[in-house]
Amino acid sequence: MSEQEHIYGLSAEFREEQQLLDAARRAYDEGYRKMDAYAPFPVEGLADAIGMTSTRMPLVVLGGGVFGGVSAYILQLYASVWHYPHNIGGRPYHSWPSFIPVIFELTVLCAALAGFVGLIWRNGLPEPYHPMFNVREFREHGSQDRFFLCIEADDPKFDRQETERFLASLEPERVSAVDS
Amino acid sequence: MSRETIDLAAIRARLANAHGKQFWRSLDELAETEEFRTFLHREFPAGVSELRDPRSRRSFLKLMGAAFAMAGLSACASGPREKIVPYVDPPTGNVTPGQPVYYSTAMPQGGFGLGVLAESHIGRPTKIEGNPDHPASLGATDVFAQASVLSLYDPDRAKTVTRYSDVSTWEAFLSTMNGRLATLRANQGAGMHILTETITSPTLGAQMQALLQAFPQARWYQYDPFGLDNVREGAQLAFGQYVNTTYNFAKAARMLALDADFLSNLPGSLRYAREFIDGRRVSAGHNQMNRLYAVESMPTITGAMADHRLPLRASQVEPFARAVAQALGVNVGGQVAAPEGVPAGWIDTMVRDLQQHKGASIVIAGVEQPPVVHALAHAMNQALGNVGATVVYTQPVEVNPVNQLNSLRELAQAMNAGQVNTLLIVECNPVLTAPVDFNFGDLLRKVEFTVHMSPYFEETSALCQWHLPQLHYLESWGDVRAFNGAATIMQPLIMPLYQGKSAYDLLAALNGNAAQSSYDVVRAYWQGQRQGGDFEAFWRKSLHDGIVADTELPPVQVSLNGNLGAQPSQSAAQASQGLEINFRPDPMIGDGRWANNAWLQEMPKPMTTVTWDNVALISPATAQRLALQTQDLVELTLNGRSMRIPAWIMPGHADDAVTVSVGYGRTGIGSVADGVGFNAYSIRSSDARWFGAGADMRKTGEQYPIASVELQYSLQERDMVRTAPLPEFLANPLFAQNEYDKSLPNAGKPNGKDAGLPSLLPEYRYTGHAWGMSIDLTACIGCNACTIACQAENNIPTVGKHDVLIGRSMHWIKVDRYYAGNIDNPDVYFQPRPCMHCEKAPCELVCPVEATLHNDEGLNQMVYNRCIGTRYCSNNCPYKVRRFNFIDYTPNIPVINLVRNPDVTVRTRGVMEKCSYCIQRIEQTRIESEKDNRTILDGEIQTACQQVCPTRAIVFGDINDTNSAVARLKTLPLNYGMLAELGTQPRTTYLARVSNPNPELKA
Amino acid sequence: MASEHLKGSDGASAPILEPGQTFRSVSEKISSLVLERKTGLGWFAGLGITFLGFMMMMFAISYLLYWGVGVWGVDIPVAWGFAIVNFVWWIGIGHAGTLISAILYLMRQEWRTSINRFAEAMTLFAVVNAGLFPILHLGRQWLFYYLIPYPNTMTLWPQFRSPLVWDFFAVSTYLIVSLLFWYIGVVPDMATLRDRAQSRLGQVTFGILSLGWRNSARHWKRFQSVYLLLAALATPLVVSVHTIVSWDFAVGIVPGWHSTIFPPYFVAGALFQGFAMVLILTVPLRRFYHLEAYVTERHLDFMAQMTLVTGLIVTYGYVCENFTGWYSGNIYERYLVINRALGPYGWVYWLTLACNVVAPQILWFKWARRNTLILFLIGIIVSIGMWIERFTIVVTSLHRDFVPAAWGMFYPTIWDYATFFGTVGFFFMLFLLFVRLFPVVPMFEVRELITTLEKKGEYNKGSEASPSGVVSEGAQSA
Repeated sequence: MSEQEHIYGLSAEFREEQQLLDAARRAYDEGYRKMDAYAPFPVEGLADAIGMTSTRMPLVVLGGGVFGGVSAYILQLYASVWHYPHNIGGRPYHSWPSFIPVIFELTVLCAALAGFVGLIWRNGLPEPYHPMFNVREFREHGSQDRFFLCIEADDPKFDRQETERFLASLEPERVSAVDS
Repeated sequence: MSRETIDLAAIRARLANAHGKQFWRSLDELAETEEFRTFLHREFPAGVSELRDPRSRRSFLKLMGAAFAMAGLSACASGPREKIVPYVDPPTGNVTPGQPVYYSTAMPQGGFGLGVLAESHIGRPTKIEGNPDHPASLGATDVFAQASVLSLYDPDRAKTVTRYSDVSTWEAFLSTMNGRLATLRANQGAGMHILTETITSPTLGAQMQALLQAFPQARWYQYDPFGLDNVREGAQLAFGQYVNTTYNFAKAARMLALDADFLSNLPGSLRYAREFIDGRRVSAGHNQMNRLYAVESMPTITGAMADHRLPLRASQVEPFARAVAQALGVNVGGQVAAPEGVPAGWIDTMVRDLQQHKGASIVIAGVEQPPVVHALAHAMNQALGNVGATVVYTQPVEVNPVNQLNSLRELAQAMNAGQVNTLLIVECNPVLTAPVDFNFGDLLRKVEFTVHMSPYFEETSALCQWHLPQLHYLESWGDVRAFNGAATIMQPLIMPLYQGKSAYDLLAALNGNAAQSSYDVVRAYWQGQRQGGDFEAFWRKSLHDGIVADTELPPVQVSLNGNLGAQPSQSAAQASQGLEINFRPDPMIGDGRWANNAWLQEMPKPMTTVTWDNVALISPATAQRLALQTQDLVELTLNGRSMRIPAWIMPGHADDAVTVSVGYGRTGIGSVADGVGFNAYSIRSSDARWFGAGADMRKTGEQYPIASVELQYSLQERDMVRTAPLPEFLANPLFAQNEYDKSLPNAGKPNGKDAGLPSLLPEYRYTGHAWGMSIDLTACIGCNACTIACQAENNIPTVGKHDVLIGRSMHWIKVDRYYAGNIDNPDVYFQPRPCMHCEKAPCELVCPVEATLHNDEGLNQMVYNRCIGTRYCSNNCPYKVRRFNFIDYTPNIPVINLVRNPDVTVRTRGVMEKCSYCIQRIEQTRIESEKDNRTILDGEIQTACQQVCPTRAIVFGDINDTNSAVARLKTLPLNYGMLAELGTQPRTTYLARVSNPNPELKA
Repeated sequence: MASEHLKGSDGASAPILEPGQTFRSVSEKISSLVLERKTGLGWFAGLGITFLGFMMMMFAISYLLYWGVGVWGVDIPVAWGFAIVNFVWWIGIGHAGTLISAILYLMRQEWRTSINRFAEAMTLFAVVNAGLFPILHLGRQWLFYYLIPYPNTMTLWPQFRSPLVWDFFAVSTYLIVSLLFWYIGVVPDMATLRDRAQSRLGQVTFGILSLGWRNSARHWKRFQSVYLLLAALATPLVVSVHTIVSWDFAVGIVPGWHSTIFPPYFVAGALFQGFAMVLILTVPLRRFYHLEAYVTERHLDFMAQMTLVTGLIVTYGYVCENFTGWYSGNIYERYLVINRALGPYGWVYWLTLACNVVAPQILWFKWARRNTLILFLIGIIVSIGMWIERFTIVVTSLHRDFVPAAWGMFYPTIWDYATFFGTVGFFFMLFLLFVRLFPVVPMFEVRELITTLEKKGEYNKGSEASPSGVVSEGAQSA
């Protein structure tokens, strides 16, 4: 128990994304939940394999868009009709067709901003320190050509020996402890 | 790149088989040439030379700004010491800030007076209006009167008395002068000679008489470079005495103008224009129109208004006149044939027409025509029984009418003979304006003691020992007579800005009472005239009215003497080869006296629309013969003297003749005048003052860019101008309505408002006032007074030649000039183009910052301090009436700032501006009306352009008030909106132009 | 259609990725351009020249701000001159970048992978330049913020009916969204650079830029989701931006502006010119940085085809303009058609047609599409052609509109030219800095591409043994 407290988890390193994918699936079936997989490019199905089957990003973006559009219309309505209406070339105060472009642009703008902020925020970035970087191979290859699966120590099913044995059974390049 | 040549033959062909009335604006257009850019690039390679060129007027003025700061400060305007009488008494006895006060006075021009009302802001004259009570004005003014305020504040004016160009003082001059007077008095004043311009001022005349009595041997000469010599001598010839001829166009139904531009260059022109046009308004119910026949050596606005116009060389006008006179039964001695160029039957038809209107016709000869033509005109008027009806003779208006050419010649001879030891030249600038063969400059050097008094330090001043700065008419007391003798007492509105003196002061000094101010002199004179009666009342009334009661000269009976047939031809015989040359005062800067006035320099000249230059006008045929193109720099030679000047192909000009205007090409006058244009005086000799034969024109191969507001494009069968002869109008009163107009709900029965087509969008309702304007194209004579009045009223800057050249002139109302018909003698149409104040304004829609928007009375307003200068509004304005301050066009020069109208914002760089319907006047009137709580009356608000217009072509008012003049005009069938088919619903509309050609004459 | 090519339906077509690339070789090759490769003299020379251009721009702008827009040739009636022409032109250049990165992404066109990174950079820099002009061309540039709706003491707001306000929102939105889109795509590569960087400076800088990205599967999922959504947003955005730009004209009543064909015609024109610019950038970049392995002839071929297609759409626009002008029967429209072709600026119009209609036709031929020199020249010709096309639209329409008395001409000054060519220098300067400091090819996408293609069995990854980043110099001549 004592050592479990001062490690973050155990990571297995793989050469091919397919191996990682299989490993992740196996680990999930094994009952591990608190784990993460690392690949230098998006690997299809990897997130699902480790139990993340959906993301709220689309909702965030939608929300941003709706907010942008509505506020744009309200802004124009307030400015042109209510707060300080002017006779502009004899046109109606509420020239709604002329308001559409701005509504559209602000919809897109707010949606995009929401998406970006949402992404950063949900991913917990910027994150200056993360234990995974204590693994030398991860530093050297994690962002280039190797694939890692890390089972974290606070996973209820986590047991130093058990998990290590399990990971070894996945035929990784190597298994290494991740210091916290 | 060499200039593309214009194939005139091809143009003729094209016009020949162009169906319908083809409008066009210039030959370059017809030929579709494109060389302008080349000039520009040669002339202004850097593209911003205007900004760099040290001689450019703006940068120069910016420098002057500092130099004349003091002048400006000293001129913190305060009214004159003496009591002056306002035209309308301000409610509070004294002047209230922000409340302009009007004073009546008169502007002397060529010696004759034009009654004006000067607008004064806290003792600072800023604007000139016509005096409705004055016979020569009737409330209108000409371009010169409008521009005269700018000259008042001109930083280039002479400021101090100088001796040999060193600063001196009036006192110093007096002491020297008195010394001489002592010796002169000893010998009866022998050797003392005085040269003035034409003098009609009773006071000045009296002073002069007094002087001549005191010095019997002294001599007085008068000289005006373009005076009325021919008119005077014509009368002398016809009646054996000098008489003054005035005309009553109101009673005239048929007119024949013999090379006479009576709409612009006579002392009574403004009145004549009013009467002439009033006789042409068919709109007002009655469908009688007067008819004008004109023969001209060069196109003038009078010719443009004529129903039948014939280009004739100046020298052929006399034979023409003889032929007409003969047909009218005047004894012209033997048979005379009409000169070639006159269509067969033209004269007979016209004569028949004239004879059908005996007593209601006018034959008028131009000031440029020799005396005999005037004499013939007098004879013809007699034959037509017009004398006493439409033609009235009076005693001369001049104090001392003389043949001024001879007068000056005598002086020259005296100087040459060394009989002149003291020469005083007042206002007149002979070194520039005297016939070149007099060599006046050299003669001046023979004179021991010379004094020159003039507003600027000019050519003559430089050759005289003493120079006395002359006061502006708004700075000095005086009096002057109008074309019909009516006298006005001129009251100053402001204390002299500089150490100037007036002719009255000078003569008073010569008469030995230097202490007398011009005020004393003038007052004393009139006191002398009014024995008995309450003089104070008389004085006050005269000042108030701007006219001295019962001073108009009474008609005199004169009898035609002798047979004019005996008179030898006075028109120089056309030389076997070479061109005939006409000299004219410039339509904008006159004989040169206005050369330093930027407003006038930048004002497009009528007909040519040229600014900042003078040009040599030649007819298309002549250009064809000499292989000349517009803007070719030519060598113009007359009697061995020659000058360089750019050629300008002028449709409608007489063939084998060239016309140049004088007053340009001056140096050392001021930052505006210097180096602008070409000096035509340099070839003008005493035997060819108005016109002469044997001129020669040669290409130099160089070209010279001319800043003409009129660019090279045709009207392309567009209907900006709609026009029809009288019969067609009577047959089809709705001829001016195009398909769109006819499709309108109120088609055919206009109700004063442009309803526009039915729209899905809710209409904006204008309750209360709805300002609108109507412009009568039949009445517009193209004099440009509206443009310059607007400039004066609205603080519109001038931009300089370069910027005019690239299309940045700032005038809020431009008078467009269109041609129609054949290029040798085209019809000409004028069309003033202000902002249309569209109810559905395209400009407002595209402004991103609400800098231009409508107010609740339908004014399309510019909010200068909101404008960021995207210029989108201008692009989207179909009428292109918006003007932009591309750079800082309004240098901050203290003294010039005094001329600005305090009620109108001075625009900074980078903002858009345009016609505002003179909103400051609307608001001023609104305030007045609300003070005595009533509604604004119709006609109470006059826009600047409307107020100045001699012919009342422009009418402004409330179109919601169905009884207003403008609303009634808009209900006429002639009413149409320019480009209304775009759905802009313009508030400014036009009345189509109706002409009255003689049905028997195929023009 | 491009996918057919991928399946190799036409045998001669080159692959979209030279064989023998591995995850490692990709990382090494691309990142070495930033991290290891010595900066060549050529790069410095280029930077020097473009920097001079940038300085010229700065001087021209200072002069402009000092004197006012009067230093340009603008006048009445031609109140818009080079500034607006340049604005439309630069915006247009941006569009191909967005098209490649967003639209092709949505269409799952793998071939976009190697070029989208610098295409996006091109977009950014182009939009930056474009954004300058609407401000510079103002009479009172320092008051541009009046366009922003903010509560102020004047209690005034922008006039939302004006296309210029729409412009303001469209362009700023476009700039921001492009920036986000580009940055999100850059983050994973920043991580790679961070891990490969030897120097402390490199590690820290890229460390910061990478935001601590660690390629977590969860992150990747959100990443892909957002990236897809942004692509989906950018696509209608790019269309809207040039549509609104075209409304600057189409909303006006000026003959030659007031036309319903403008939006599609402008968008097509933008893409047309954008692809031309991509060609101008790709050809030398590929050559000098030996990227033939990633930017293959296939890419050039595709871009050439896109250029041709969009060019044909533009041609259709020209035809429509003239047809409607004539068919309208409106004398003003008819005159415009005549004046555009035969008036003082007629030669500009014919030059436009030569550049935009005639020249691209050569791209019908495969040999031309494979010849980098020809593509480069076509790129330049089309860029010129599209610039003068905008000149025709702006100037020729304005200089002779309704009232003949108000007609005029437009005479550009040296300051017009200095400002324009200055921005060109500015653009290339930014681009040179970009290729030096950022990975020009998105590494993670290439890695992904390798596996995707492998799955399709169209590609076999080289073994680790194969020397990394090898590129036979002969490759591009093949």
